[in-house]
Amino acid sequence: MRMSIREAINLTLHEEMARDKRIIVLGQDVASGQGGVYGITAGLSEKFGIERVIDTPITESAIIGAAGGAALTGLRPVAELMFIDFLGVCLDQLLNQIAKFRYMFGGQARTPVVIRTMIGAGVGTGPQHSQILYPLLAAIPGIKVVVPSNAADAKGLLAEAIRQDDPVVFCEHKALYMDECEVPEGDYVIPFGRARIVTEGSDITVVAISRMAVFAEQAAKTLAAEGISVEVIDPRTLSPLDEGSILKSLSKTGRLVVVDEANPICSMASEIAGIAVERGFDYLDAPVIRVTAPHTPVPATPCLEAHYVPSVQDIIKAIRTTLDY
Amino acid sequence: MEYSREAVVKAYRLMKSIREFEERMRSEYQQGKLPGFIHIYRNQEAIAVGACFDMNNGDYIASTHRGHGHCIAKGCELDGMMLELACKQDGFCNGKGGSMHIADMSKGMLGANAIVGGGPPIAAGAALTAKTLKNRGVSMAFIGDGASDQGTVAEALNLAVVLELPMIFMYENNLYAEFTRNPKPEGRIAARAGAYGMPSVVVDGSDFFAVHAACREAIERARDGGGPSAIEAVSARYYGHFEGDAQAYRDTAEMKRQRKEGDPIPRFLADPRSAALDANLVKAIDAEIQAELDYAVEQALAADDPTPDKLYTDVYINYEGESR
Repeated sequence: MRMSIREAINLTLHEEMARDKRIIVLGQDVASGQGGVYGITAGLSEKFGIERVIDTPITESAIIGAAGGAALTGLRPVAELMFIDFLGVCLDQLLNQIAKFRYMFGGQARTPVVIRTMIGAGVGTGPQHSQILYPLLAAIPGIKVVVPSNAADAKGLLAEAIRQDDPVVFCEHKALYMDECEVPEGDYVIPFGRARIVTEGSDITVVAISRMAVFAEQAAKTLAAEGISVEVIDPRTLSPLDEGSILKSLSKTGRLVVVDEANPICSMASEIAGIAVERGFDYLDAPVIRVTAPHTPVPATPCLEAHYVPSVQDIIKAIRTTLDY
Repeated sequence: MEYSREAVVKAYRLMKSIREFEERMRSEYQQGKLPGFIHIYRNQEAIAVGACFDMNNGDYIASTHRGHGHCIAKGCELDGMMLELACKQDGFCNGKGGSMHIADMSKGMLGANAIVGGGPPIAAGAALTAKTLKNRGVSMAFIGDGASDQGTVAEALNLAVVLELPMIFMYENNLYAEFTRNPKPEGRIAARAGAYGMPSVVVDGSDFFAVHAACREAIERARDGGGPSAIEAVSARYYGHFEGDAQAYRDTAEMKRQRKEGDPIPRFLADPRSAALDANLVKAIDAEIQAELDYAVEQALAADDPTPDKLYTDVYINYEGESR
């Protein structure tokens, strides 16, 4: 069935909550009539009741911490951190508490919590509502980080996130919510740590994350017309990261561009480039190029934001540079 | 209320176990046999024991960095605790938690916490579980006077009121936030909690019976769907913030007085409600505790350290696909 990412997430929440009574949804505005700014949780409170779909105060430490505590004691909470930028007010509960429960308690704990959050620039939301920040989270042992770029992946990855027993941060790019594609009906689960080959190719590998996977696919289509064969890989989960698929593709193409909307320093692009150099050095025929946002905050003005977000043209340029090396 | 012989034996045994466990720990620590930081609970024993007295394994507590007393009061075994404090493989947390992160999920003890104010949101979540599953469980957060100022505590207070959670905010005002005297007058902390819209009381934290009465009422209210409560129990810290703290910031004469007046154990024994505990019974219990501790220490120090491969276990439950 063809649907948007927004609809796919909403559908999956409905299906999972119907399947397992231990699942609760909590966060700001989640139970209100429209289901949040983008209507992601619309209809859930009507269907499952306000005891399982819980509006909270605007207190992110309490939302995330309570979700962690509820997970630790037998529920399977799906908490909403409205924008990932709000990590700034609740990071302790994720970094020092939830992420470490299992390890520091010697394996006694299971913390099946999913934190859904909105990421990314491109819609003019400015410095405090547009960041990517997933590299911060991928760097923390004990949590998993998921970055779907289409509706089918959103469904399968969210189902897996809810069903497995480790803490997961599920990053939804706000500029992709309305993107549509075919979504498998019924039970559909995608295991973590398995990249999706977006387009197969033989000349160059482009690893692209979240919205950048969509841009990279467009770049690949443009270049295909010139006879350049680009293999685009969407890792889909950043922790765990499917290093095997990236290295396998690199062994075939010998060239790598990594596209990441994050700020460049300590980005996933840097991490993936590091992996390629460390473990795929013999495959490389050219330097790895990272295409990222600049080392600046996200500007509110659309004219500057357009320069901030890596573009299809930026990706095409990086591919050409790599091929011309 | 009246206390049965069984009840006063239990209360005495727990308080004395905490006292002797920690004194033994101090001694082992001073000899370099225990790693890391330890924070001693002495003279606050009546708070933990009174607070946990009416809880069972299906109820939850979220503890603090000064958490040994909470563990023992919640029913954790001394030998397993000692193994964990010695950071051995067979400790509750396989040695990966140690004193500041010790937890025993089987007893509803959701962890000591090395982040001041880290526990209350987690305890609120445990209370949400009890409320959602309608199992009449309750959840308690222990909160020091220092932690009472943290934003996480304010957020948890508010959430507990808004969601009518079966939760108890158990404040332990020991007069010092690390090395700094708590400038708030007694009762200010309870009043803050009360301002969020929950019943709150101040009790003498060195009086087991006072703490227990307040907690009993709060726990019953929570079990019956009456929502959260707060209790501020006041009892001056005996030792420093951590073991080894010389406490140069404290007035010696005042501290001497606080140490004597704040000792909950002689106070408990002098109370007519504990009359069933005669001197012989006390002696017998003390001997049992010593024997238990001798065994706990001996086996903990002789136990195996975790093997190097344990560094990598229990980061995740399952890690599909490529992992690092």
